[in-house]
Amino acid sequence: MLEWLPFDPLQAARFSLILLRGAVMTVEITAGALVVAMALGLILAVIKTSRIAVARVLVDVYIEIFRDIPALTLLFILYFGFAYVGFKIQPAPAAIIGLGVIGGAILTEVFRSGFEALHHGQREAALSIGMTPMMAMRHIILPQAVRITLPPVGNYAIGLLKDTAIVSAIAAPEIMFWARNLVTSTFETTLVYLLAAMLYFCMSFPLAQVVNRLEEKRRSWQ
Amino acid sequence: MAEPLLRVEDLYKRFGDLEVLRGVSFALTQGRKLSVLGPSGSGKSTMLRCINYLEEPDKGHIYLEGQLVGEKLVNGHHVRMSSKELAPQRTEIGMVFQNFYLWPHLTARENVAIGPQRVRGMSKKDALALGEMMLEKVHMAHKRDEYPERLSGGQQQRVAIARSLSQEPKLMLFDEPTSALDPELIGEVLKVIHELADEGRTMVLVTHEVGFAKEVSDEVIFIDEGQIAVHGAPQDVLDNPANERLRSFLGKLLGG
Repeated sequence: MLEWLPFDPLQAARFSLILLRGAVMTVEITAGALVVAMALGLILAVIKTSRIAVARVLVDVYIEIFRDIPALTLLFILYFGFAYVGFKIQPAPAAIIGLGVIGGAILTEVFRSGFEALHHGQREAALSIGMTPMMAMRHIILPQAVRITLPPVGNYAIGLLKDTAIVSAIAAPEIMFWARNLVTSTFETTLVYLLAAMLYFCMSFPLAQVVNRLEEKRRSWQ
Repeated sequence: MAEPLLRVEDLYKRFGDLEVLRGVSFALTQGRKLSVLGPSGSGKSTMLRCINYLEEPDKGHIYLEGQLVGEKLVNGHHVRMSSKELAPQRTEIGMVFQNFYLWPHLTARENVAIGPQRVRGMSKKDALALGEMMLEKVHMAHKRDEYPERLSGGQQQRVAIARSLSQEPKLMLFDEPTSALDPELIGEVLKVIHELADEGRTMVLVTHEVGFAKEVSDEVIFIDEGQIAVHGAPQDVLDNPANERLRSFLGKLLGG
């Protein structure tokens, strides 16, 4: 009945189920790395806007190092390199740490520019009603910085989701890991990789719509 | 003699090579209104910002009801307070900025209520009720749920005044509160400040509105090049200025 299709639909369904199992891992690694990157980015951005010169320089060093190393290289160091010196990290945690640490460098700059978009008078007004600097950060600066930085953070998250494909290189069982295994065992190269692409698209596209919505909303505030 | 509410003692402040304040001293008794006039760059705003320690003076001291502000005595030495120690002192001093600095992510009422809620630990409900009361005082209760960007400059400044009133401050500082406003919006803000003055609040008002200063204040200071050049009653200082610089300053203001 479906002979006109260029592929076997039953086989495609079977492949999709296997790839879906990888998609769960893809989402887990993306979410994990995003949390690590956001936490690091926020902390480092606060330090970078602080008055402590030494700490600011250290943050700059961090940003330069992790902006200038390819993610794949860092993953190999974490996974193979650390294992070689007797410190074994499982593939998924290694992926989360590696991508998160690199994302931290990217998001530090995003959050810093968010903080700097706010006039220092906003903070002074908070201090003058008796807030401590910590309270001013928590109640006045952060809530606004989060709104300003939500669209760029969303864009980063979409990029991150797609970048998780490279962690198949350290055998983290996500979409591309299963795709390559399927290709090796069935030689259905085109079908498998097309299905993988569809899966990535189905996850990224809704995210992109949310980000677009946020960007429109931000534009209407200004 | 009773301790004045505010005592400013020999303030010095420099920014790089620029000496902005060069030995400013004055005292203000409870309930008195002081207007501070002076050319731009004369140091009047810096002096005001030193009073609540948004700016740390290089030398000199501030006393509120006889208590040091921003500093404490340790073995007879003046030591700067930590920001945590300083915060409660700042609640005693209300500050109104030239550019309002309302927080754009909060409504008018939330802008006023967040201090009572977060700093004084009121429940959110009580803080919002207080916020509404303070907005009524500045005739802004009808705009309580608007965000600042939807308010005119005059309305924003009135909300900012309500925000500092919610601290129940002993002293209010106004830093050129109408200088950023379109001419037609100045009146509504001056009216509110006038009403507060009539309530007997102690205030220091940095302004270019000479007529208003004369009307509302008990004392006027003319600051020139970081020093108090003239200090006296408004009619003495403003009607027949003996000081040459003050005369030319007033001439420029009124002529321009």
